[in-house]
Amino acid sequence: MAKEMYSTPMLDQLEDGPWPSFVTGLKRLANDDGKPYQNMMIDLLGQLEHSYETRKGYWKGGTVGVLGYGGGVIPRFSEVAAKFPESKEFHTLRIMPPAGMHYTTGLLRDMCNLWEKHGSGLVAFHGQSGDIMFQGVETDKVQEAFDEFNAMGFDLGGAGPAVRTGMSCVGGSRCEQSCANEQKIHRLLVNNFLDDMHRPALPYKFKFKVSGCPNDCMNAIERADMAVIGTWRDDMKVKQDEVKAYVAEKGRKSVIDNVVTRCPTNALSLNDDDTLTVDNRNCVRCMHCINVMTKALSVGDDKGVTVLMGGKRTLKIGDLMGTVVIPFMKLDSEEDYERLVEVAEETIDFFAENALEHERTGEMIERIGLVNFLEGVGLEVDPNMIDSPRQSSYVRMDAWDEEAEKWFSRKAEEAA
Amino acid sequence: MPNMPIESGVPDPFQYMHPTLAKNFGAWDYHDRPRPGVLHHVAKSGDEVWTVRAGTQRQMDLYTIRKLCDIADEQGEGFVRFTIRSNIEFMVTDSTKVDTLVTKLQDEGFPVGGTGNSVSMVAHTQGWLHCDIPGTDASGVVKALMDELHEEFVREDMPNRVHLTTSCCQINCGGQGDIAINIQHTKPPKINHDLVANVCERPTVVARCPVAAIRPALVNGKPSLEVDEKKCICCGACYPPCPPMQINDPEHSKLAVWVGGNHSNARSKPSFQKLVAAGIPNNPPRWPEAAGVVKKILKVYKEDAREWERMNDWIERVGWPRFFELTELPFTKFHIDNWRGARRSLNASTHIRF
Ligand code: SF4
Ligand code: SF4
Repeated sequence: MAKEMYSTPMLDQLEDGPWPSFVTGLKRLANDDGKPYQNMMIDLLGQLEHSYETRKGYWKGGTVGVLGYGGGVIPRFSEVAAKFPESKEFHTLRIMPPAGMHYTTGLLRDMCNLWEKHGSGLVAFHGQSGDIMFQGVETDKVQEAFDEFNAMGFDLGGAGPAVRTGMSCVGGSRCEQSCANEQKIHRLLVNNFLDDMHRPALPYKFKFKVSGCPNDCMNAIERADMAVIGTWRDDMKVKQDEVKAYVAEKGRKSVIDNVVTRCPTNALSLNDDDTLTVDNRNCVRCMHCINVMTKALSVGDDKGVTVLMGGKRTLKIGDLMGTVVIPFMKLDSEEDYERLVEVAEETIDFFAENALEHERTGEMIERIGLVNFLEGVGLEVDPNMIDSPRQSSYVRMDAWDEEAEKWFSRKAEEAA
Repeated sequence: MPNMPIESGVPDPFQYMHPTLAKNFGAWDYHDRPRPGVLHHVAKSGDEVWTVRAGTQRQMDLYTIRKLCDIADEQGEGFVRFTIRSNIEFMVTDSTKVDTLVTKLQDEGFPVGGTGNSVSMVAHTQGWLHCDIPGTDASGVVKALMDELHEEFVREDMPNRVHLTTSCCQINCGGQGDIAINIQHTKPPKINHDLVANVCERPTVVARCPVAAIRPALVNGKPSLEVDEKKCICCGACYPPCPPMQINDPEHSKLAVWVGGNHSNARSKPSFQKLVAAGIPNNPPRWPEAAGVVKKILKVYKEDAREWERMNDWIERVGWPRFFELTELPFTKFHIDNWRGARRSLNASTHIRF
């Protein structure tokens, strides 16, 4: 028997307008006669309207999980359950999507059927963490819902002080700018740390994100503790006939104003015959010209990745971008990929041992200094790691000669 | 005996990928955009794929998802993917399907767009619907904003792309955006001293405060916590580990608008967003004041920025004084940073535009 619907005058105002309305969707579930979630969704709407009226949230956390795992379920208990009892438990299952977020309609339908049976019928594609958020399940249905997802080949993502769900861009599957096998890197890294994901025991969260080129569509530098970004080190490819066609179409002024002079390092020059010269030694692979002239220009062949570490949001010392710790590494052979996993392992071990409670990698690096971090994880210093050398003389440098010697011998090794 | 989980991790995407994408993996040649909301990718093999992108409400009921599946099966080829900003993409290899797919999506109320130099769907969090610490809603703010900005989502009329984000607390889970609409608390937490001892691990809470404003104290004979309200910056960092330190306030939790965050490396290096407006009321269900500020900034940007200038590039060129002049937003003492590293944001030159 369905409960009576609440009047929701505030939420109702979010049903008008051209953008798809989540309120209309919530109501559809609340009006879904005979469905196990109907009363839950009626009370959920009631509670949400109450939030809109009072401008307050009414969920608290708690402990809910599945057998064998210490995380991945986001527990939500209502603080206003006396008024809205049917949605008193409204937990979320974080389920990791296929890398690159590809779905067949068959898979989506299976997921819907599962959530119709065990959950609320409400799903977010996707959370900021990169998980599918199956929102709204009661405590005693969490295990059965998870078991079914698990049997379909899906696993819980991360929550709490753990390795978190990763993200990778569409990349090689549809983007000509891709310089890496994003889905492979993503799966290799995350799937290597499933124990650290499912049994949270790190100082705080640790995120991997993978973007196939410096456009960084996954916001990896800004958000990930370890960002892996595809790039290339040989010359970019220029199809001069396509350049000419583009100039003919857009005009010289447009190409000069929007491509040539927008290059951050003045690496481009439009020639008198409407061909383009690229100073590849000074191109910083920013992607701008390639983004604009998609037919004429493309990334080079000698592809690899740049690794940056320490990106995070505001809490606690303020936002940090990741910084370069590996300017370039090839990812061709299985050994190359193993090396990348090794860097991640060293980093997470170092993080586990050295970070303070609730400190992110970036904050730890800020506190101990980049050099201590690099030494701790066995990476060599490189001038690509800085915007400029230090400005203050207040540093002890009696080991200068040794350090200079290290540099020269490394260079000699590389040259050999 | 209950089953132990199969720790399968991130699933292999190839089993769910459009076969033409899988076949040409890593071997694409170029792309163009035949019309807003549609991408056309050409592989080195000569294979072609059209992608139709549509906005969704992100928090979807299963009927919406099934509707999208029906569209994918009937007008598309049964394969979809989602973008980081919760847009759905339908891939087809037959160009004649594009127009019917676009029309069908529009008829069913899904805006087709979000490509090229458009205003993106707002990256957002959970808010009142599901978060345990939110100062505002997320889906509602997004719905209200996207209703207003819908025209800019379905066109490609901006100087460069504009990414919007919103966050319901100052942790800023929404991330960096060309324009970010985020909660900004303006009063210290209200402490329920009866609950602190039972609910909160006091040393953890003390350690969480970025300005060391919290200290253990005995209140009414009970162990509790005390906040030095002169030091407190009202950030709310103490609230998640200690819910009796209520930071959310229907009146004093306001919205602030930040601009110029850019995650891409294109042209300039990735940049953080900067504060431009605050004190905006948290006004459900349609947040008209916040939408007004966002629209104003977008209008000025659209009029004044040059082609391909991203929000931060444009402000860099015209300077912050001009930004405040053109947007008619007040410049206050709160715009001058005093957090660590703040000196780097001060003008140590005579570079001044008149
Ligand atoms: S990719 Fe960026 S840095 Fe390189 S030539 Fe093009 S615009 Fe210049
Ligand atoms: S609101 Fe922020 S500054 Fe104030 S006491 Fe809590 S953690 Fe400290």
